[in-house]
Amino acid sequence: MEVALCFVVAALFAVALYLLLSKHIIRMLLGVVLLGNAVNLLIFTNGRIGPIAPPIIPDGAEVPLEAVANPLPQALILTAIVISFSFFAFLLVLAYRAYQDLQTDDTDRMRVAEPEDEGLPPLGY
Amino acid sequence: MDGLNGFDADLGYLALALPFIAAVLAPLLTRVMKSHAAWLLALAPAGAFWIFLSGLREVAEGTVHRFGFEWIPSFDIDFSFRLDGLSLIFALLITGIGTLIILYAGGYMKGHKDQGRFLSFMLMFMGAMLGLVLADDLMTLFVYWELTSITSFLLIGFDHTREKARRGAVQALVITGGGGLALLAGFIVIREVTGLTSMSDILAAGDVLRQSAAYLPILILVLCGAFTKSAQMPLHVWLPNAMEAPTPVSAYLHSATMVKAGVYLLMRMQPALGDTTLWMTILPAFGGVTLVMGALLAVRATDIKITLAYTTVASLGLLVMLIGVSSETAIIGATLYLIAHSLFKGGLFMVAGSVDHGAHTREIDKLGGLARSMPVTFLAAMLCALSMGGVTPFIGFLAKEEIYHAVEYADPYYIAIAAAAILGNALMFAAAFIVALKPFVGSMPAEIHDPHEGELRIWLGPLVLGVLSVVAGLYYGVYHEFFSSPMASAAYGEAVEIEIGWVPHLNLAFALSMATIALGIAIYVGSAALRAVLSRMLAAIGWGPDMGFDQAMRGLVRFASKVTNLIQSGRLDYYMTTVVVAVVVALFASMWLADGFPEMPTIPQIKIYEWIVLGLILLGILAVVIAKDRLTAIVSLGIQGFAVALIFMLQGAPDLAFTQFMVETLSVVILALVMTRLKLSPADHRPLREKLPDALLALAGGAGFGLFLLAVIQTPFDSTLSDFFERYSYAIAHGRNIVNVILVDFRGVDTMGEIAVVMTTGLAVLALIRIRVGRRGERTIDPLEKTP
Repeated sequence: MEVALCFVVAALFAVALYLLLSKHIIRMLLGVVLLGNAVNLLIFTNGRIGPIAPPIIPDGAEVPLEAVANPLPQALILTAIVISFSFFAFLLVLAYRAYQDLQTDDTDRMRVAEPEDEGLPPLGY
Repeated sequence: MDGLNGFDADLGYLALALPFIAAVLAPLLTRVMKSHAAWLLALAPAGAFWIFLSGLREVAEGTVHRFGFEWIPSFDIDFSFRLDGLSLIFALLITGIGTLIILYAGGYMKGHKDQGRFLSFMLMFMGAMLGLVLADDLMTLFVYWELTSITSFLLIGFDHTREKARRGAVQALVITGGGGLALLAGFIVIREVTGLTSMSDILAAGDVLRQSAAYLPILILVLCGAFTKSAQMPLHVWLPNAMEAPTPVSAYLHSATMVKAGVYLLMRMQPALGDTTLWMTILPAFGGVTLVMGALLAVRATDIKITLAYTTVASLGLLVMLIGVSSETAIIGATLYLIAHSLFKGGLFMVAGSVDHGAHTREIDKLGGLARSMPVTFLAAMLCALSMGGVTPFIGFLAKEEIYHAVEYADPYYIAIAAAAILGNALMFAAAFIVALKPFVGSMPAEIHDPHEGELRIWLGPLVLGVLSVVAGLYYGVYHEFFSSPMASAAYGEAVEIEIGWVPHLNLAFALSMATIALGIAIYVGSAALRAVLSRMLAAIGWGPDMGFDQAMRGLVRFASKVTNLIQSGRLDYYMTTVVVAVVVALFASMWLADGFPEMPTIPQIKIYEWIVLGLILLGILAVVIAKDRLTAIVSLGIQGFAVALIFMLQGAPDLAFTQFMVETLSVVILALVMTRLKLSPADHRPLREKLPDALLALAGGAGFGLFLLAVIQTPFDSTLSDFFERYSYAIAHGRNIVNVILVDFRGVDTMGEIAVVMTTGLAVLALIRIRVGRRGERTIDPLEKTP
């Protein structure tokens, strides 16, 4: 399973990076979502896939009675999912507002902060 | 440190600190006492002057005082000072003229709203200059050296609302500061190659430097520092442009002090670096050209302040030339001329300021007949000009006689130097009287209204300096014993006796002196014609180092702009490509360097439903890439998200699965809501020739992450942390869901941070939706506003 997940993670990263290299904010946005999943699965696989019992201590016991799944990556990923979702939501709204103002989602044409033909800085003293 | 030889080190530190203390107090005092504060502030340099004067007798007898302390012991750098003939006379000039200048500035800048700031800068500069000439350790010297560059930048650019002043300030800083860096490099080479760290070391072991393999680089670097500071052609341009500063600055920095820093350095190092063929060729060549060109440009200028500035350039050239000759007589001549020049040039600059003050112009053609209304200034001007012209019994005469003694040899080398000296001196003679005589005699032009003598502080400075010029010449015995001999001895490296007096003797030097004066008078008479010829010549050439400086600065800005545009193209896809390339390189390089590529994995043995889920993910992401319309893209995104959730579910992570389900649902809903409002296609717009490299790069990235992960899971697993959480989840935190316990208990602070991030993002989203950012002032209608 771990080996198979390695290939899935590779595929997720490849597609996410490909989308991020696009010039269109919409596609970059899709790339960000995929990148989040890729990273989550990467962490998950790193913690090794073994027992499939959830990491829960049964009533009356002090420690899990049987072998359970690794709880640490799960805790990390739980944080990561929420963070990447809020990041996604922010980017989405930002892209939307940018589109409203600039009428484009082409990053080559979004050049308000760094204009294409800025000319030379002042040459005087 | 060495013994203090009786000189009280505390007094030395006090003298060094006094100007800085006064600089701190200046703004406050000026606010309270207005221009009268100058009287009080002048006490600081006067006090320092008195301290140095008290050490004069001992130093004149050949004693060398050294004091200081360890500054950065690990680098063998001291904060140390050396008081010998050379530095003491310089210190006396700096503090003595400084006292008169502070008074003069008090009168000259009376009523100026920033007088406090001005006086503060002047005193700061004074402190820096004092430290420069007294410094013993090379790094101490460098620090003070750059401090003079910075303070002079502040002073030249004092009137910073005018572009010309700003330009002059920047130019001075670039040239002298740049030279300072060269000097630092030179000092470092000296330290590294010879191990000598202070001037005292260097003077004690002169041959070490001369015979060092690094003599040439050391010489070039030190000369870069000295020539920029002392305005040798073609690096002289900053000095005339520095005339944009208020006149007290010119009178102080550009006559007596800062421009002499380079000359000081050459005199200081002459015993160690001098007396070689290179030294005796480079210095006279630069100095001679600077002398003649500077003097010609002085006669050509129409502004009396600019005339004086160019005569200063010429005088510095003369000094450098004489130091280059290196003979005993030449060094004596340079010493005598240096002191004489400090006195008469400081005085003449102050006179130029008084004339400007009284007649409201500095143009030589518009000045005349001021003698009646400004008699004291006229008297001071004549005293200084006679000294500058080398008329007996002024000290300028002593200097010139000695200079001609130094060059009266029938050898091509000396004849060339003598010719440059005679021509330069004659031109400077003419320039002296153009400045000091022409504005005062003849008829007064009608444009001048109500010329008036300045207050006491305005005429006191030039008068004192003029009178000193003649008194020192008359009582040359005392002058030589206490001032010129100690200085010349230090600069020459062994004790010298100076005998030259004001009574002329009929010899070759006197004849040359007379010839100079005759030539000077001729130039003075024909100065208008000469000026016209020179102007035409310069106009015909059309290019000068000054223009070259502008071109160099513009070139620098253009170059910087090009580089910036290259690195910061403003194109997001370039930045992204850079980032991804860096990630790919980091992944593969670390695996390659650590020899950590994974072994060939076996084909995984997994259940059929797991294959289906993994296949769903791959299908989903493939569909996202190739989707032609919005709906397909969004749905595909949802599919892969749910499939990931299923993996979590199947592998014992129900919490993750639920969160992922919820988040994916929300994402799809929000995305669908927003995307329908965007008239955009999520399809790939890139042409194939852009797609291909991007795809290759993305594949490399994916492969990098996949291989890295594969390599990691092939290593043994360290379960220490997981075991800890499993063991203590209930025992310590009393929770049965281990994942939850980790989140809210073991890593509670971390979770708090996460919540803060989510909250901040929520606020930012709200702000983005609510606040209207109208483009060019237009209000845009926001459709999202209506959605609940």
